[in-house]
Amino acid sequence: MFSLIGIVIVVVGFVLRINPLLVVTVAGLATGIAGGLGPLEVVAAFGKAFITSRYVAIVWLVLPVIGLLEHAGLKERARAVVSRLRSATTSRVLLAYFAIRQITAALGLTSLGGHAQMVRPLIAPMAEGAAENRYGELPPAVRNRIRANAAAVDNIALFFGEDIFIAIGSILLIRGFLDQNGIHVEPANLAIWAIPTAVCALIIHCTRLLLLEGKLRRDLARKSTDA
Amino acid sequence: MITLEHIYWLTGAMMAGVAIVNARDASNARRANNTAFWGIYAVTFLAGSYLPDLVNGLLVIAMVIAASVRGLGQGKAEGASRAEREASASRWGNKLFIPALTIPVVTVLGTVVFKKFSINGSPVVDVKQVTVISLAIATLIALTVGMLMLRPPLMAPIREARRLLDAVGWAAVLPQMLAALGALFALAGVGNVVSGIAQRWIPLDHPFAVVMTYAIGMAVFTMIMGNAFAAFPVMTAGIGLPLIVQKFGGDPTIMAAIGMLSGFCGTLMTPMAANFNIVPTALLELPDENAVIKVQIPTALILLGANILLMNFLVFRH
Repeated sequence: MFSLIGIVIVVVGFVLRINPLLVVTVAGLATGIAGGLGPLEVVAAFGKAFITSRYVAIVWLVLPVIGLLEHAGLKERARAVVSRLRSATTSRVLLAYFAIRQITAALGLTSLGGHAQMVRPLIAPMAEGAAENRYGELPPAVRNRIRANAAAVDNIALFFGEDIFIAIGSILLIRGFLDQNGIHVEPANLAIWAIPTAVCALIIHCTRLLLLEGKLRRDLARKSTDA
Repeated sequence: MITLEHIYWLTGAMMAGVAIVNARDASNARRANNTAFWGIYAVTFLAGSYLPDLVNGLLVIAMVIAASVRGLGQGKAEGASRAEREASASRWGNKLFIPALTIPVVTVLGTVVFKKFSINGSPVVDVKQVTVISLAIATLIALTVGMLMLRPPLMAPIREARRLLDAVGWAAVLPQMLAALGALFALAGVGNVVSGIAQRWIPLDHPFAVVMTYAIGMAVFTMIMGNAFAAFPVMTAGIGLPLIVQKFGGDPTIMAAIGMLSGFCGTLMTPMAANFNIVPTALLELPDENAVIKVQIPTALILLGANILLMNFLVFRH
């Protein structure tokens, strides 16, 4: 039971808005000690786990070139391209990205998206540009809501697309785990049974994106009558 | 052969550059903290594989102290003004998209090509890490294309990396820290304790109740661990296999496929999945760090409900 102390620390720390790095470190050290490790052993175990997880940070290598292109006006260009399309709306931009992201992820092309390389420099500015085109200058709250939606589209389309591809990590994990338990499953079958949920995700989230456009219109209309 | 270690050297070099730019920037009141934070992070990339675990652990703790005592700061923006960027945008036009789209295109090509490409029978890149290595190579190619096209000062890329990385701040390291926490949870056997609690307290004598417990358990456990991969073995060994498969005769393939996707619903709702939910709020400069999670919660809950119904109807159908 005592080994759950780490979970308690994380929850309390996040609620109290203490620096998450500090919270996670304390939670990790406390969990290790609760699990019977000595103080130095815990620090060593944490260091080892941190070092073996370095691959998570490789995505930051995109920042020099993204920053360079932003300096040269990439976001402004992305906005301008969308504003020339008369039929572009925030909903349609995000729907199109959702479909592309989910289909390409299902084909195993999970690296075609991502927050640092696609959402910040291209998708969010396009979605904002479409709204600006329709409604003029956006209040910060609306701009932020559009950006958060752009990030959410990338996540949802990825999660519920990638499992249709047979060589993705989660499928391999399922297969390996069931094999250890004496149950043999075919990756292709696992992938097929990911399709019903993928279709549900598409229907649910695309419906919400269509509703988003109406919400933006109402909010911005109210703004302009207030003014 | 190109391995992950080489990519770590590259990342370490970038982090060292970010630390140096920060050290020389008098406009940042907390530049000592920033320099220490990114500088130590650079060391973990450059030397982490060779240092003893204990030293690495102490380095991580030093980073955490640099990030939380007084905290990290940000230099005064030296970026181009909006008018300058717009002028540059209309000058370069759609050519600006070429380096940006080089990243995904080369990454995808790399994952396909490198798997088959070998010289004298030995592969050019470590096949197990092909996606990450392809991404790193793609960013190098994109950077080269961008530099040749735009001809900025030689130091511009590292100054831009500093600007963006300082905007993201400590959140840039949180995903890695959480992965480390997950490893310690596994070491201390947290998973078994949680599934033990679930089995003891939840009525599990009806197939629908079991399916619901398994799917919701996957989501909740994923929210706690920040990762469905950590939740899956625990919940499936604790509830899925003994109850859904063995007791009620459910199909293990369908159970596992939809169970994992129920975990992904949890991923959408937790700050513990920082690389998906917290890092983008920093990258998009949103004031509310839960803004992305708030957008995702309705979809995640409806989809979790859909998963429970799908599993209930499909898993027992034969």
